[in-house]
Amino acid sequence: MELTLWTYEGPPHVGAMRIATSMEGVHYVLHAPQGDTYADLLFTMIERRDRRPPVTYTTFQARDLGGDTAELVKRSINDAVERFQPEALLVGESCTAELIQDQPGALAAGMDLGGIPVVSLDLPAYSKKENWGAAETFYQLVRALLKPQLPPPGAAKPSPARWRQEGRRPRVNLLGPTLLGFRCRDDILEISRLLGEHGIDVTVVAPLGARPADLLRIPSADANVCLYPEVAGPVCNWLERSFGMPVVRSVPIGIGATGDFLREVTSLLEMDTKAIAAATNAEAEQRSRLPWYSRSVDSTYLTGKRVFIFGDATHAIAAARIASRELGFQVVGLGSYSREQARDVRAAAKELDLEALITDDYLVVERAMAEAAPELVLGTQMERHSAKRLGIPCAVISTPLHVQDVPARTSPQMGWEGANVIFDTWVHPLMMGLEEHLITMFRHDFEFTEGHRSHLGGAPAGAGLEAYGAAGAKEPTTGAATLAETTTGSATATAVASAATAVATAAPAAALAENGLHWSPDGEAELAKIPFFVRGKARRNAESFARAQGLDRIDAETLYEAKAHFSR
Amino acid sequence: MRESGQREVFCGLTSIVWLHRRMPDAFFLVVGSRTCAHLVQSAAGVMIFAEPRFGTAILGERDLAGLADANEELDRLVRDLLERRPEIRTLFLVGSCPSEVIKLDLGKAAERLNGQLAGRVRVLNYSGSGIETTFTQGEDQALLAMQPLMPPSDEPQLLIVGTLADPVEDRLVDLFGRMGIERVRSLPPRRSTELPPVGRGTKVLLAQPFLSATARALQARGAELITAPYPFGVEGSRLWMQAAATACGLAPAAIEAVLAPLVERGRRAVAPHREVLAGKRLVLMPDSQLELSLARFLHQECGMELVEVGTPYLDRQLLAQELALLPAGTVITEGQDVERQLERVRAARPDLVVCGLGLANPLEAEGIATKWSIELVFSPIHGCDQAGDLAELFSRPLRRRNLLQFS
Ligand code: SF4
Ligand code: SF4
Repeated sequence: MELTLWTYEGPPHVGAMRIATSMEGVHYVLHAPQGDTYADLLFTMIERRDRRPPVTYTTFQARDLGGDTAELVKRSINDAVERFQPEALLVGESCTAELIQDQPGALAAGMDLGGIPVVSLDLPAYSKKENWGAAETFYQLVRALLKPQLPPPGAAKPSPARWRQEGRRPRVNLLGPTLLGFRCRDDILEISRLLGEHGIDVTVVAPLGARPADLLRIPSADANVCLYPEVAGPVCNWLERSFGMPVVRSVPIGIGATGDFLREVTSLLEMDTKAIAAATNAEAEQRSRLPWYSRSVDSTYLTGKRVFIFGDATHAIAAARIASRELGFQVVGLGSYSREQARDVRAAAKELDLEALITDDYLVVERAMAEAAPELVLGTQMERHSAKRLGIPCAVISTPLHVQDVPARTSPQMGWEGANVIFDTWVHPLMMGLEEHLITMFRHDFEFTEGHRSHLGGAPAGAGLEAYGAAGAKEPTTGAATLAETTTGSATATAVASAATAVATAAPAAALAENGLHWSPDGEAELAKIPFFVRGKARRNAESFARAQGLDRIDAETLYEAKAHFSR
Repeated sequence: MRESGQREVFCGLTSIVWLHRRMPDAFFLVVGSRTCAHLVQSAAGVMIFAEPRFGTAILGERDLAGLADANEELDRLVRDLLERRPEIRTLFLVGSCPSEVIKLDLGKAAERLNGQLAGRVRVLNYSGSGIETTFTQGEDQALLAMQPLMPPSDEPQLLIVGTLADPVEDRLVDLFGRMGIERVRSLPPRRSTELPPVGRGTKVLLAQPFLSATARALQARGAELITAPYPFGVEGSRLWMQAAATACGLAPAAIEAVLAPLVERGRRAVAPHREVLAGKRLVLMPDSQLELSLARFLHQECGMELVEVGTPYLDRQLLAQELALLPAGTVITEGQDVERQLERVRAARPDLVVCGLGLANPLEAEGIATKWSIELVFSPIHGCDQAGDLAELFSRPLRRRNLLQFS
């Protein structure tokens, strides 16, 4: 028994629903009580789906339990097949039905359903979760449909270069995108286009948008791209084992990873890899603005920004690489709720000299976040809320999602355009934060006396003033920010005298920190000299340093000690 | 008309979402599965809370293997929880489908824990499971669980039963006071430990139509149940307050003096929405059990035409007065077969459908305007003063449709 106040992943049958709802022509009969129909709203509200998920719930009640719930299952299956005429039927149960053991899969197998393929799903609700359920469902469905095509054991593997003999372009499948996945809708557009430009066609994209008949065409491709390992891992492995289809495992999120992806896919397909290897660097520069934006002087202030990352394994690992190598951030925390992929996350963390945080307890994540004192959080919707509570800017990089993570505009994470999107979404919260601070800083200047408000807060007194204010603030932004950030690095207990005088209006430090630490008057005075926009961090650093040293009083000396300690 | 088939309704766990807000010193611990946890968080938008006052003890395979272990685990978990949350005065153990199917006896568990906690925290239990309860019935079960702890007393009082938004409650107490009713109390109370007494002097005034079991239990303790329509809309609220005041022995003039200006103002507030809603055809899908009362309000005061009024359950006794106020021949369906019901909706093409969140966008996509019903249990909608706001909830989707223009 485990106390859960909130969970990153739903139960495994919700994973199965993601597969069924992502596809066309598939119906899912779920033996479950009425309350379980709540899952429909995940799709109709978060994804704004214009159709109900293709799910029939048996909605059995207590009074049915004495009687024949098996009959109810059969009736539901019959009705669903008749009404929806699916091309493939999934049959399964949720947590409660698992306990009463009606075995809906076996019941369905014994019924005459006009020959439609029936896949019985066994998703242990008391030990597994949503992503596992999605992966298992996808695997079971593909396996059931491809059974007739299975090559005899010992058959020769198809050559991944057979496209050449067959006189056609090489082609791959994109496996794993689903509804309620992070930006899958836009990723597949971007990756299909990217592959097309490199002379590679996409045969099947699944499950998102595929019909059962499309799954039958999977073996006609030369390789599979495991785009979302959380969902497509098992099916790709099985296709590799049974059909000899090679798997592309690089996930193209970020500049480096997109290059890796192109190199991997082309070399697997035995294309002209040398030309491609040479081309990808130039291509990255041409097609994505991230490399140049990251090098441009305006980005200097990003250097060493402390960033805390938590999400599903795929997106967390990708984010760590982008943050550390492509944006010059310092990753101060990396973790995931994906236990199935924990090993990969641990390895990625180790490369950054970190210990990976593998947990599905958001309070543990929030605590780790607070301790790491990051300047930016990259996480799920839950980390966004935690970060908000801690007053730290945040960008969402992973499921679980909220309606705002399904934007109207095309907004991929993968490929060159994905890198652009990432640059904007991660850097903007930081810039905005700084801009707001600068506005506070200059609010006594005459330009700001007339109700300049954040565009988030309310209408400004005059549009002209707003424009002027923004432009006026722009110039010092780079100057002051760069000064503060470069001089202070990750620690900030430094006296930037000129900036400090400009911010003499800021609130004094609390004399007594919550944890019983005392600030001496000279410590406070010294703290007050630190620019306000980094003062919070300086205070946190000093306090955690003092605690680590077993001090109960923080004076000016302690501040300088802490500064030295953290700038190592 | 009775229907059976697939239901598209939440289970009783959902009522935790408003009950926990009402009683800030209580914690609701669902004993269930990851599904239960996911349902509650999906319904509640949990992420905004630093640490919510509800959670789920998720059963694992070990708990299923042996009930002895499960009981021990539950005790351990409760101890840890209460240690971390010392402000909690009442702990509700909320049963779910899985806990009921494996016959984990939460009544016994509550007894056991009450012994262990020695009065520091009160432990109660009730069922919010989907096999026993729908949506709002969860509140009925929760109140029923509190009933035995209500001290006996025959002193005269008016007892409002059913969760009200705090400001609405204050307002109603004030209005009843102005009429001359001195002692007005509420169940559930704002502090879980300050339960109102009950006895022969108690007149029970239901604020919600779905509290059948609680009403009966209070009657069994000697309380008198006031029958009235429910306080939605001007007319419902007027009759509801009037019935209460009359039952408390007040003179008609005193009642009228307080009610008249409220009614007049309420009608003025509803009027602009009536203009939008009048003559429009309405279907209510079964959901919160408020359907009959809302149908009565939307017909009588907003001039809507009732195509079909669905409700998950129909307690004819508690809803007798509402039924009497509905126009003759109103189609009322009890229970649900969601596919058939949607077929009827498509055929009838009503102007507005009141339904759950799972159905709203799909219906909108078919060109049918909707109002999602869950808002009705979260918003302050009771009383004459709220009648305008209540009407606005229904007129907004129609006004919005008129507003949008893409060509
Ligand atoms: S219907 Fe039952 S299993 Fe489903 S969420 Fe409600 S209590 Fe839990
Ligand atoms: S326009 Fe004004 S409110 Fe908007 S970001 Fe710039 S300074 Fe802030």
